[in-house]
Amino acid sequence: MSEEHFIGVETARPDAPDKVSGRTQYVHDIAVPGMLWGAIRFSDHAHARIKHVDTSAAERLPGVKAVITAYNTPEVRIGFLRDNFALKRDKVRQYRDEIAAVAASDPDTAREAASLIRVEYEPLPGVFSPEEALVEGAVLVHETDARGRPRADNVVPVRFAHHSGDIEAGKRASKFIVEGEYTVPLIQQSCLGTAGCIASFDARGNLTLIAKTQIPFLVQRDFNKALEALGLEGRNVRVVVPALGGGFGTGLDTHAYEYIAMLLAWRTGQPVKILYNREEEFAYLSPRQSATSRIRQGCDENGKLTFREIEVVQDNGAYTSWGATFPSVMLVPATSLYRVSNISFESKIVYTNNTYCQAMRGYGNPEITWPIESSIDELAEQAGMDPYEMRLLNCNQPGETTPMGLKITTCGLKECLDRTAEKLDWGTNRGKGKGVSRGFGMASVINVAGGGKIYRSDGSGIILKLDDYGNVNVSYGGVEMGQGLHSALILTVAEAFGVKPDQVVINQTDTATCPWDVGTHASRGAFMACNAAVMAARKLRQRLFEWAEEIYPQQVEESLTKARKHNPEFREPEFDWRAAASRDRFELADGILRVQGAPDRPELQVELGRLLRAIHFRKQGGGTTFAEEAFYEPPTDLPDWERGYGNMSATYAFGTQGVEVYVDEETGEVRIVRLVAAHDVGRVLNPQTLRGQIYGALAQGVGYALYEEVHTDKGRVLNPGFTDYKLPTACEMNFPIHIELIETNDPEGPFGAKGVGEPGLVPTAPAIANAIYDAVGVRIRDLPITPEKVLRALKHQRAGSPVR
Amino acid sequence: MKTLLRFQLNGREVAFEAPPHARLLDVLRDIAGLTGTKEGCGEGECGACTVLVDGRALNSCLFPALEADGRSVVTVEGLASREGGLSELQQAFVDEGGAQCGFCTPGMVMSAAALLAENHSPSDDEIREALVGNLCRCTGYTQIIASIRAAGERIGKAATQ
Ligand code: FES
Ligand code: FES
Repeated sequence: MSEEHFIGVETARPDAPDKVSGRTQYVHDIAVPGMLWGAIRFSDHAHARIKHVDTSAAERLPGVKAVITAYNTPEVRIGFLRDNFALKRDKVRQYRDEIAAVAASDPDTAREAASLIRVEYEPLPGVFSPEEALVEGAVLVHETDARGRPRADNVVPVRFAHHSGDIEAGKRASKFIVEGEYTVPLIQQSCLGTAGCIASFDARGNLTLIAKTQIPFLVQRDFNKALEALGLEGRNVRVVVPALGGGFGTGLDTHAYEYIAMLLAWRTGQPVKILYNREEEFAYLSPRQSATSRIRQGCDENGKLTFREIEVVQDNGAYTSWGATFPSVMLVPATSLYRVSNISFESKIVYTNNTYCQAMRGYGNPEITWPIESSIDELAEQAGMDPYEMRLLNCNQPGETTPMGLKITTCGLKECLDRTAEKLDWGTNRGKGKGVSRGFGMASVINVAGGGKIYRSDGSGIILKLDDYGNVNVSYGGVEMGQGLHSALILTVAEAFGVKPDQVVINQTDTATCPWDVGTHASRGAFMACNAAVMAARKLRQRLFEWAEEIYPQQVEESLTKARKHNPEFREPEFDWRAAASRDRFELADGILRVQGAPDRPELQVELGRLLRAIHFRKQGGGTTFAEEAFYEPPTDLPDWERGYGNMSATYAFGTQGVEVYVDEETGEVRIVRLVAAHDVGRVLNPQTLRGQIYGALAQGVGYALYEEVHTDKGRVLNPGFTDYKLPTACEMNFPIHIELIETNDPEGPFGAKGVGEPGLVPTAPAIANAIYDAVGVRIRDLPITPEKVLRALKHQRAGSPVR
Repeated sequence: MKTLLRFQLNGREVAFEAPPHARLLDVLRDIAGLTGTKEGCGEGECGACTVLVDGRALNSCLFPALEADGRSVVTVEGLASREGGLSELQQAFVDEGGAQCGFCTPGMVMSAAALLAENHSPSDDEIREALVGNLCRCTGYTQIIASIRAAGERIGKAATQ
């Protein structure tokens, strides 16, 4: 396999030196001349009619340049259902609704002015959970849809479902059946760099938006539509993406604050920056959804899965973001994690007066793997089987097509299970917990790893351009948000084109210079970018080699002439380099052009920059530019969502995580003793960044499992800060982590690689819950698994009553 | 009303006019133009704003600028040599993959600098203890801890040579 020079070699990230020395520029650090600061006046009620907005005191504050409301600006709608507005006019539907905004000379003045805006409300009763919202006759969060048609209930009108096989037959064939209800909390993505943007117009009405986004080209599309609302038809939006400071899904939508910055910039004729502080980030930026799943699963007497039935209810909050479509991704594990033939999956996404939610890493997968993998353990117990054996028995196989129509190309799940068991000494250790409060658990994941088609194109373009010195400039429209995409891309370009990684430079993501990309989500960044890069590099090599037929002999002749003159020991090469100078015999590696079979002599080698300059400045017809583009569109289908059918990804990643825990039965505290993460990654591009993705995802998985929750009371966020929202610190992550990378060399992946951004956080929570059960015999079905919940369950256990 | 503030910033004497209630973080970022120091929370919970004041790592978002008067302040910009070479510690973060999105990184590096100034061979638990006030959402800390461990080893080796 390893003909390669750079793929798979531990390499430092290209962006690291700037990051460790404080040079990297985030939106937080950028100021442009004439820039004003924007601040937003948010709602004081979860649900109310707006009676009157008085902005006069704000307008009088020195330093204030403009105050805008829905009454003095054109209507700008947001979201794929168009159910949200940049500024709210008639009613507020959540605490964080934007009612007015201010542009001022500095951020303090802007915030003070926003607080001086007086709003009169007529409070309305609200609905704060899907159960309340689904009651017959419940208050409607939206009385009408975007087209003004009356709405009958609070159900968001998008359906994701799947029914295959025969559930009743599956139940009849079952010897054992388990059933349970599992919940996941509202959590915050918690990017260390908060949300922000800078909007500025040129005098012709073109907008430049410096945005903390993962979808620059969909932002361009959304904002071009918004410009029309301002009467600026035909004007264009340029989206420029600075260093992100963390994305994790927060950049998959366009946000009200971004449209407000645009409106303020348009009103004042000056650039406007809006930057959330941490409290605003917690209270006013969309978190990850809470959801409740009811699951039933069965197996026959041998442990073969017979059916799986899942109903999910998701609290959408007041408006609809792309994140509402989590069930689209839930379909993947629901239908295809392990082999099950009779499946029913139904989902309901419900409007409430809670904060509206958006995407986060994993996008529905952790939410649904939590019930599936917990329930597999429950089923194994019922059947009297080792849960590892049950997983093996029902393991996915390479080459299979799952009930959803997912075409599994390569599949390392069996290896992942085996390695995990081996590393934990599963056979000896598991099942001995009772009495010593020590337990072992495992859980697995299937995740899209070759894109995830949810839009009409799931492709990515790339442009490679050579300069006169042999450097390759790469323009790619996806976003490096910290995950290491650029490092994978640099290695791929270096490898596929034939230069050193140092000769590859990645341009800033900018819709004006980069080709279209659907966005950086679904673990797709490196997979897409690198596939496109391989295609473009091939074209570039071809073209270079064609030119080299003419130029290489001239360069060699020049070198030989020089050598003859200066080197007394010179001997003519015993090699017919003129005859060998043909496009199919050239080789380019490390930025040096050679011909196959040539002796290793410097005169017969031409450095790439020299070759390019010779082509560029040749006497007749010079000026050739070497640039090639390629667009990679993965061979996938846009699924039929109501049927839950279609091969949405070009390949799928698998993984298993195993964990040993200790449960303090006095305090209910769960301590992770060690963790094993075995992941089928296709092929390792850069081991350092790949492990970084898994380590980081694991910490998020641990946070999801044990610590994190946004608490709300009637729609108001109660813990808007790191004081009361507990992220894992280095002291919580104080256990050994063993990573096993399984290489399955996927035929569709760049050099065999699969996407790896998300899988690492998916199975962590159920693995931990399964280990807790193994340790002390209580099953927690409600994340996060806090000491209080464990204690309560232990108390019930002692009293001999079930937990719920 | 502004007050004149004099202190040593990354080894040079500086003087700034600052409002009396200004935080050291504001003086560094907005007045001195050193944006390497980050604001992740503004309430002493994330450590992205960590700088050294008289060698001690502290949160510049909680530290009143006036209290820096007459002291020595070192920010992430002050660790590298003037020609832009990275310090041993920064280089270790590069080599070991200690930075992902990089937003927590300056604070991590400064907390680590304070630790390593006192202890060249900290145990992993001592490193964790020193980082307890520094949040990172990207790395899960493993490679940050490895970076600091590696830096300690290199600094220790250089000291004994
Ligand atoms: S910004 Fe100072 S601790 Fe977070
Ligand atoms: S590297 Fe992103 S928060 Fe630490």
